[in-house]
Amino acid sequence: MGSENNILRVNNLQTSFFIDGGHEIKAVDGVTFDVPEGKTLGIVGESGSGKSITALSILKLIDSPGKIKGGEINLKGENLVDKTEKAMRKIRGNTISMIFQEPMTSLNPTYTVGQQIRESYKIHQGLGKRESTEKVIEMLKLVGIPSPEKRINQYPFELSGGMRQRVMIAMALACNPELLIADEPTTALDVTIQAQILELIKELQDELGMSVIMITHDLGVVAETCDFVAVMYCGKVVEYAEVKTLFKNPRHPYTVGLLKSLPRSDIDQLELIPIKGTVPSPDNMPEGCSFAPRCPFATELCHDHLPDLLEIGDGEQIRCWIYTDDWDGDPEVKVYEP
Amino acid sequence: MLTYILRRLIQLIPVLFGVTLFVFLLMHLTPGNPAQLMAGEQAPQEVIDRIENRLGLNDPLPVQYVRFLGNVVQLDFGTSMRSNLPVMDEIRYKFFVTIELAIYSTLLSVFIGIIAGIVSAVRQYTFSDIAIMFVALFGLSMPNFWLGLMLMQWFSINLGWFPPTGWGSASQVVLPVITLGTAGAAVIARMTRSSMLEVISQDYIRTARAKGVRERVIIYRHALKNALIPVVTVLGLQFGTLLSGTVLTEQVFAINGMGRYVIDSIMARDFPAVQASIIIISVMFVFVNLIVDISYRFLNKRIDLNG
Ligand SMILES: Nc1ncnc2c1ncn2[C@@H]1O[C@H](COP(=O)(O)OP(=O)(O)O)[C@@H](O)[C@H]1O
Ligand SMILES: [Mg+2]
Repeated sequence: MGSENNILRVNNLQTSFFIDGGHEIKAVDGVTFDVPEGKTLGIVGESGSGKSITALSILKLIDSPGKIKGGEINLKGENLVDKTEKAMRKIRGNTISMIFQEPMTSLNPTYTVGQQIRESYKIHQGLGKRESTEKVIEMLKLVGIPSPEKRINQYPFELSGGMRQRVMIAMALACNPELLIADEPTTALDVTIQAQILELIKELQDELGMSVIMITHDLGVVAETCDFVAVMYCGKVVEYAEVKTLFKNPRHPYTVGLLKSLPRSDIDQLELIPIKGTVPSPDNMPEGCSFAPRCPFATELCHDHLPDLLEIGDGEQIRCWIYTDDWDGDPEVKVYEP
Repeated sequence: MLTYILRRLIQLIPVLFGVTLFVFLLMHLTPGNPAQLMAGEQAPQEVIDRIENRLGLNDPLPVQYVRFLGNVVQLDFGTSMRSNLPVMDEIRYKFFVTIELAIYSTLLSVFIGIIAGIVSAVRQYTFSDIAIMFVALFGLSMPNFWLGLMLMQWFSINLGWFPPTGWGSASQVVLPVITLGTAGAAVIARMTRSSMLEVISQDYIRTARAKGVRERVIIYRHALKNALIPVVTVLGLQFGTLLSGTVLTEQVFAINGMGRYVIDSIMARDFPAVQASIIIISVMFVFVNLIVDISYRFLNKRIDLNG
């Protein structure tokens, strides 16, 4: 893939939790992806695959007993892993902003909406109350909150879930960040509100020209909102591609499985096929490819050895033995048949 | 908020009625004739009759109660049986001594308790945390009269830093306030710690971090306000314990306050004095709880809607 215009490049990120005196849980173990400027990268994967920990690692918000063990997080050429806490504070909410899955609990219940958004202006732009109030109202208007002059003095409990998520978005975008990380921003919302919030993020992206990382467990959301996609499984990226390519020609057996479990209008497929088996638990990771126990094509090689994430032409990356010269199974194997 | 305070004040009326009624009946339902008590064991019948007539003790009880209430409203609690001085004159000074003792001790509890609780929570499982929680447990399990005696032994008698008894000068205040404030500080420290730990793991704290807020501001602005909500409730409950604590503390340090006065009055069956003390202490308790409730609502905006 081209390296010219990437706002963020994450390379082999590893984040682990050390519990009960040294026992290691590798929550993120080899995540690599690029976020091209002005584009949206989707990170998709089942619950527990390490999406949120990846996002929090980018902002270096991993609390003990968690720790970023290795890898690089390059923001416009600067490696965030080496940055001090003080330097990170200047980046958080300013260059990179984040919104979370739970709008009901993500706002402080004891401060008004206005106070909470104003804080961003105070921290990053040194604005006083009067100057920032105008900007807060503007922001609330931008995210489609009616009568913002009144809302500004309300407490979070006075707002619906959808409204709170809009407030979160207003707060995240207050200082015009270059990258917005949205961690399942619609999972906790009603279906009708979900579409509105996704639409809003897309509109604001076009208007403000920022890049977005859209984290979701729903390939449908990826299809609607993303330009690129990284598929995660057990803390690793197993496939990275342009969204069009991925949907047309998925390569990793796990991606194929995900697609098959998605209702699609273009194919006359009414029957959803769930992936067989269950996700291995973090303390019982297979030695080889973590998907091998559930993979219909897995060979001895897959069970015993972990494949690398390899580029296979045109910016696509894949972590699967089938696409290597070492593949010891059926050379004519067809992972995906449309 | 203002209507809330007004409504709470109106709600106090029946409570105060109850207290006065209780105190009134206390005198009339306890065995023994009050007039006889006042006059003394060997007083002739005509003296007793005269006292009964003067105090209207032969009127029907409801009439007596209304008269009693009328006097209480004017802060007239009659004359002490021991000294024959108006009870109010005796109590006025003692009341402020006890109020001072209670306020200083509460301030000590709140400041030390909250600061210790925050330090403990922020440095969970470190040496400071363990040390603070150990001291808190110690302070909590130590009876306060014992703590008072120990402090007196060490700092007055052995070291001579503070006078062992009395009240008024700054040096006399120190030991009684520590004696009375320690248990409260321990309770508040433990409460603040657990409340703080719970709040720190909330989603909105992560939001604040993601906004670039510095850690100090997160603790004192974002977390503390939420963490204090349960602490304020504990503070209200703690005040009752504190009031009873003043009785022992005043006894230990020979302080001329309400606590000692109540005990002495009960021992002497000085009814007017007992009545006055109980009413004043109850009113104080009720108002402190009102203040606690108001600050609770001030911190917790959520309950403004349904109240
Ligand atoms: N605080 C923690 N302590 C220990 N393990 C954790 C912690 N947070 C996350 N993990 C581990 O990291 C894995 C990935 O979590 P997460 O990134 O939240 O998944 P998701 O893809 O659903 O967002 C989880 O399966 C869990 O085992
Ligand atoms: Mg998650």
